[in-house]
Amino acid sequence: MNGRFRNTMLVLGLGFLYIPILSMVVFSFNNSRLVTVWDAANSPTLKWYAALLDNAQILGAARLSIEIAAATATGAVVLGTLAGLALARFGPFRGRAFLSAMTTAPLVMPEVITGLSILLLFVALEQAIGWPDGRGFLTITLAHITFCLAYVTVVVQSRLAGFDDSLEEAALDLGARPATVFWRITLPLILPAIVSGWLLAFTLSWDDVVISQFVAGPSASTLPMVVFSKVRLGVSPDINALASLMVLIVAVCVVCSTLWMRRRERQRQREEQMARAAGG
Amino acid sequence: MSDAFARLDRRARGLLARVRGRNLVIGIPYLWLLLFFVVPFLIVFKISFSEVRLAMPPYAPLFEQAADGSRMVAIFNLGNYGYLLTDSLYFSTFLYSLKVAAVSTLLCLLIGYPMAYAIARARESTRNLLLMLIMLPFWTSFLLRVYAWVGLLKTDGVINNALLAAGLIDQPLSLLYTDFAVYVGIVYSYLPFMILPLYSNLEKHDLTLLEAAADLGARPVTTFLRVTLPLSLPGVVAGCLLVFIPAVGEYVIPSLLGRSDQLMIGRVLSDEFFANRDWPVASAVAIVLLVVLLAPIMLFQRYQNRELEAARR
Repeated sequence: MNGRFRNTMLVLGLGFLYIPILSMVVFSFNNSRLVTVWDAANSPTLKWYAALLDNAQILGAARLSIEIAAATATGAVVLGTLAGLALARFGPFRGRAFLSAMTTAPLVMPEVITGLSILLLFVALEQAIGWPDGRGFLTITLAHITFCLAYVTVVVQSRLAGFDDSLEEAALDLGARPATVFWRITLPLILPAIVSGWLLAFTLSWDDVVISQFVAGPSASTLPMVVFSKVRLGVSPDINALASLMVLIVAVCVVCSTLWMRRRERQRQREEQMARAAGG
Repeated sequence: MSDAFARLDRRARGLLARVRGRNLVIGIPYLWLLLFFVVPFLIVFKISFSEVRLAMPPYAPLFEQAADGSRMVAIFNLGNYGYLLTDSLYFSTFLYSLKVAAVSTLLCLLIGYPMAYAIARARESTRNLLLMLIMLPFWTSFLLRVYAWVGLLKTDGVINNALLAAGLIDQPLSLLYTDFAVYVGIVYSYLPFMILPLYSNLEKHDLTLLEAAADLGARPVTTFLRVTLPLSLPGVVAGCLLVFIPAVGEYVIPSLLGRSDQLMIGRVLSDEFFANRDWPVASAVAIVLLVVLLAPIMLFQRYQNRELEAARR
């Protein structure tokens, strides 16, 4: 495959990825209610952004989604780190293959299957023991943690696979308790993976519409559920404004976290070099 | 003597604590996934053999008292699966979903491979930037990015307006609510999942192999077909599975961009569940879908495990 062809495809592909996003941003400043006709006389305007901030339904849904996403990301990081640690560091143990299967299957499982099955679990549980009582924040969060923890596990596991366990072994030999070793050595090593796992889980939960639709009760509507029912009826310009705001926030976050992680990585390498030099 | 015993005792206790800690680390996520991921499938499996009832929940109980009232028996009825087999709608929906997923996967591969290759051979400083550009859309809402295509593909949408203005067409094309729109939507949403495994494979290739092939007189096309492509096969398989498996059950993209006269299986499942309130048939659809996808899912797991094992070395 020659270089010019590859690079042309790369440019075209990136264009394909970004043109839809760009068109949403551009049309979010359009005055016309017709989303695709540019009203040059009265544009650009910020009125759709103002309309968005006046829309109590969207704001309420956004708040619920943020709370669910934060709870999901935190829960998924705790469980995913434990699972990643077990799979990467504990060698062979009984049930390892099964744990590994349970943490990779959700990565590709069609969402309708996950959503249906976990809802039927909640219904059966409620019938049998009266918990969870009704559906809403709790059931959405539990369902989201379950599919997000698989992603965190993979991220943590591959980060741990990049380091051999000599540092941890050394600390254990010197008499450190396993818990101390985890807090003082393993955790700092995998911190970048934990941060990106948290952000990944937050995004996946914030973005999910299918699973939420199954496990949300009539009282709880997350932002994607509100957006989905709105855009099924056709395009609406305030959704363009919402999308543009989200693109802006995400772009800032991704750039900042990438820079932060790169700096940390460089610092770690520097320290390693210094330690090696000092050790002679 | 007692001193040695005390030391031994301390050691044994430390070991015990370590084992207990280990079991806790394994046990917590294990139990969680067992309860919230595996048990639900068993319930779906059971309900798929149940009869629909006008009650809440709308299916016959999982266990019923036997006719003589002496014991509980599980009721198995194959009616839901018979229904799926006899109504040709389900069969054609399954076939259509597999076709859409397969075509989209192929398109993703054809677009994603050269892109991944270009990134893998780019200078190291630009490589990270390019990877970030590939990942950035993934972090922004999937739903909103699919919705963006509605505005682009509509009859009075951006693409038609541009083509009309350029004088390339006289009549607006009907692009939205077609198979084409679904392909565009799936390729667009899943492209990063194709590119990333391909990139991580292509980036590891030993470039001296290509030089050797060239020195021996192989043309670039031959080198690509005989060296690069076979070496990248694991990446190709992983990327294709990451696109194909979720695409078969895709719900949002065909709902927003697809035809209304030909649904995909994810939509049928959710319609059975929400609109018809027929939970047993919805469960049977889910089980059949799972069985169809079982082989690709297991293949994906094998690849994923091999990747993680390889990273350790």
